[in-house]
Amino acid sequence: MRYLPHTHEDIAAMLEVVGVKNLDELFQSLPADCRRQDDLNLPEAMTEWELDNHIHGLADTMATPPAYQVYLGAGSYEHYVPASVSYLLSRSEFVTSYTPYQPEISQGTLQAIFEYQTLTARLLGMEVANASIYDGASALAEAMLMSTRIARRKRIAVSALIHPAYRRVVKTYFEPTGYEVIELPYTDAGQTDLSSLASLDDLAAVAIQSPNFFGCIEDLATIKNTIEDEKTLMVVCFTEALAYGLLKSPGSQGAAIACGEGQSMGLPRSFGGPYLGMFASKMKYVRNMPGRLVGETKDLDGKRGFVLTLATREQHIRREKATSNICTNNSLCALGAAMFMASLGGTGIRQLAQLNHDKAEYLKQKMIAAGFKVPFSNPTFNEFVVGFPENFKKTYDRLIDQKIIAGLPLDTFYPELANHYLMCVTETKNREDLDSLVAEVSS
Amino acid sequence: MNEPLGTTGLVLNEPLLWEKGQKGRCGYSLPKSDVDASPLDAKFVGEGPDFPDLSEVEIVRHYTRLSTWNFGVDTGMYPLGSCTMKYNPKTNERQAAQHGLALAHPLLPGKLSQGALQLLYELEHLLAEITGMEAVSLQPAAGAHGELAGMLLFYAYHQDHGSPRSKILVPDTAHGTNPASASLCGYKSVGIKSNEQGVLSPETVADHMDTDTAGIMVTNPNTLGLFEDHMKTIADIVHAKGGLVYADGANMNAVMGIVNMLDVGVDVLHLNLHKTFSTPHGGGGPGSGPVCVSKLLEPYLPVPRVVKAENQYRLSEDFPKSFGKLHAFYGNFGVMVKAYSYILSLGADLKKVSQLAVLNANYIKEQLRDVFELAYDRPCMHECVFSDKRQAAHKVTTLDMAKRLIDYGFHPPTIYFPLVVPGAIMIEPTESESKEDLDRFITACRTIVAEAEKSPEDLHAAPTRTRTRRLDETTAARNPCLTG
Amino acid sequence: MKEIDELNLPEDLKYAEDHEWVRQNGDKVVIGINDYAQDQLGDIVFVELPPVGESFEKGAEFGTVESVKAVSELIMPLSGEILAINTQLEDAPELVNQSPYADGWMIEIKPSDPSELDALLTRDAYLAMLKG
Repeated sequence: MRYLPHTHEDIAAMLEVVGVKNLDELFQSLPADCRRQDDLNLPEAMTEWELDNHIHGLADTMATPPAYQVYLGAGSYEHYVPASVSYLLSRSEFVTSYTPYQPEISQGTLQAIFEYQTLTARLLGMEVANASIYDGASALAEAMLMSTRIARRKRIAVSALIHPAYRRVVKTYFEPTGYEVIELPYTDAGQTDLSSLASLDDLAAVAIQSPNFFGCIEDLATIKNTIEDEKTLMVVCFTEALAYGLLKSPGSQGAAIACGEGQSMGLPRSFGGPYLGMFASKMKYVRNMPGRLVGETKDLDGKRGFVLTLATREQHIRREKATSNICTNNSLCALGAAMFMASLGGTGIRQLAQLNHDKAEYLKQKMIAAGFKVPFSNPTFNEFVVGFPENFKKTYDRLIDQKIIAGLPLDTFYPELANHYLMCVTETKNREDLDSLVAEVSS
Repeated sequence: MNEPLGTTGLVLNEPLLWEKGQKGRCGYSLPKSDVDASPLDAKFVGEGPDFPDLSEVEIVRHYTRLSTWNFGVDTGMYPLGSCTMKYNPKTNERQAAQHGLALAHPLLPGKLSQGALQLLYELEHLLAEITGMEAVSLQPAAGAHGELAGMLLFYAYHQDHGSPRSKILVPDTAHGTNPASASLCGYKSVGIKSNEQGVLSPETVADHMDTDTAGIMVTNPNTLGLFEDHMKTIADIVHAKGGLVYADGANMNAVMGIVNMLDVGVDVLHLNLHKTFSTPHGGGGPGSGPVCVSKLLEPYLPVPRVVKAENQYRLSEDFPKSFGKLHAFYGNFGVMVKAYSYILSLGADLKKVSQLAVLNANYIKEQLRDVFELAYDRPCMHECVFSDKRQAAHKVTTLDMAKRLIDYGFHPPTIYFPLVVPGAIMIEPTESESKEDLDRFITACRTIVAEAEKSPEDLHAAPTRTRTRRLDETTAARNPCLTG
Repeated sequence: MKEIDELNLPEDLKYAEDHEWVRQNGDKVVIGINDYAQDQLGDIVFVELPPVGESFEKGAEFGTVESVKAVSELIMPLSGEILAINTQLEDAPELVNQSPYADGWMIEIKPSDPSELDALLTRDAYLAMLKG
């Protein structure tokens, strides 16, 4: 096997040094009742070329662009990724290193993550960002746990317009705590309904997604003002980080914690992962933050360098009292996101975000003109909900045969929204695509 | 080659991203707009983030230079104990990048994602076969996430049986993630001391196990690199009181095809695909931490689960006892593709992987035991643990020796862990290293031990061949500077 | 790290087994961590102290002290109410290393049971404990 360098002679010489006769004897100290009796029943090993073919066979069944026109968003977005980003991200010095515990030989990762933290904090208008959480959903769950520690309260409220999967992950994390999770309903215009807020005491946090699951932009500044209790934190989450190239940042509107999915920043959809949990907060809460942090310092000669810092929050030191159990995070994804953000730059991210908005708006207006309902009147970014006639499922299936996936049916997540579809349009769709989509759904 | 591996070469300095660039540059090929501009309601429009504007060339040089300040498995031997820094096969990267997989949206209709679902289904079954367990969920995104899944399974099981419990047994050799994961589920960790042989004794477990204890978290082989040889008896003690056994599979690389985890009494085991199954660590992730369970715990696994009927694969939510969801979608799929590729590339040779990993560790142990203090003088599994006890007389510490190893061209072992061994030096060579590379490492260690006696100041000053020298971690923590 | 006979342990203080020191000041008591504790911890980077006005039982955790790679709980050597805390430590935790008995003090309390003072160790008894 090409990954195993040992020759028979090597093995013989090493066994002699160890003082056993054969490889099986290395395990003779294991009690007999702990040793596996049968052989591993695994398929015969493939050559590299057989593996190429096998995986290609699996990959070939998948409906992906450019063969398919995919109008799905909902937490995973189709954006162009520069070749330079993919290429740089495959540098094995980044890929094959461990967590940077030995800073003298990990300065590449450390500086890159420091830069990622900085760009993320700037994107979200926050003072500090960590080195990443697994994905948007676990980032939100961690944020809500963090808010209970800061406020020392046992009750949180989450908007019903937060991604349904994220809400479920929050529920999973909160189940054993016994803390209460209250869901805030939504308004006819597609925003979180805060009318019940006044009657809810002792909330550690209110979590709002913007743009929300229906694609609508929430009025965060007004929400912040509506939360009267000073101890209640506003947690802002997101599934489409690119929106903050155009929108006011969560931080500028009073978010105590901003967290969400960074997949849009140059990461492939990859059937749902690995993605990037972006996580940022105000500096005054940093000691309650989960996850790793990289900080700037100097070496013995006074040269600038970077280290993992404030590690006493973390599990390897504080064990059962740690701010989270997270250890391995999604560092390489964070690095990719930093490369992507740097490639766009301040000028580029603005233009790309505007372009996403413009194209989605074009399709939205075309749909309205074609007589379809857009039930939520609130402004949207690059996703919006369309209400189709009752028999639309047939059309949807016909379009699949034509290699068009016309959005995400919403009835599984919101039973009241039968025949409603969440449509996503990014820079990857051109005008002809959008025109022909409208023509097809209308026919 | 007789020269030492470690040397110096031309390394370029590189500023922070925002210290370079010029307003108006862009490293991204902006698509042309073919629709009318549609201004957004001004009350929502912000100023846009303050990112530097850089050209593609600047970005490529920036990250290329940074990468040269890093040390990876592809650079050299990385014997970081408990981390299994084995070679990351390049074909795995090629497979995960195949367009049909890399570009697939997670919410595609089932009939348009059969290949990905099949891969998930088959990987679950392969991992079940390798571990001996009966069902698998691939959803956890890393080892600690798998531990959390394990604790949630404990919690759901005890709730379902009408007997919620408040405590959990955690050995003193455990990774910090164990007690931290247990805390997330409201369990109070009860520390269990390992015995003078470095393993758990059944008597100690029996003394602490009661009907308010949810179970035990055992790392096997443990973090001393020793096999918990009373595993079966301990499992019986825990089960007799209605408790469950969690195995931390961080060290599974020692026992593939050697130990059947179900047979030794394990109810749930997590794996680290980024350790045992060769997916790269990426400087701190992404990982993947599947949980493998017995039939007893299968009903509580996270949803959705992949099921197969009439040769079709689909995702099912129809598991009413499931503890819920841990990840927005199905976990770190791209990492799973790599682990799947690795398993298919090796087949039954996975057992050989474990045998050679254990051979390499024992070889190092035998070749260094006369110069380093051996924490426990027993045959080890995939890693061996020494300490700096013999170097203390020269005021040379584990840290000094670890930093000096860098100068010789090796990544240092894990140091100061496990906590039960003061000044621990935990070496896990993995099966990837050839005898010549192990011999080079052994020679470097012996040279350093000699230096400790003759010129300890050289070790205190190490490393000297790196771009930066030792860094001031105290100032970094006292006055945190976390953004630029 | 210091050898035991290199430690600075003033005669006029009382010591707790958890390495806090106690100085009686009329009906108030000042508390900090001693030279042994600061030396074992190494460079102290953060001290977390309780709000003034809170009361703690003897043996309760009243705060934490952190070095780069360790966290230590601060344990009340006596029961009592917090009258004052050393706010200087917020920006200058290194004072605990530099001056554990003066500028590095941590809390001032009003003991609820002054007789608990008698149970604390003298310098010699504490040293004997360290030597085991």
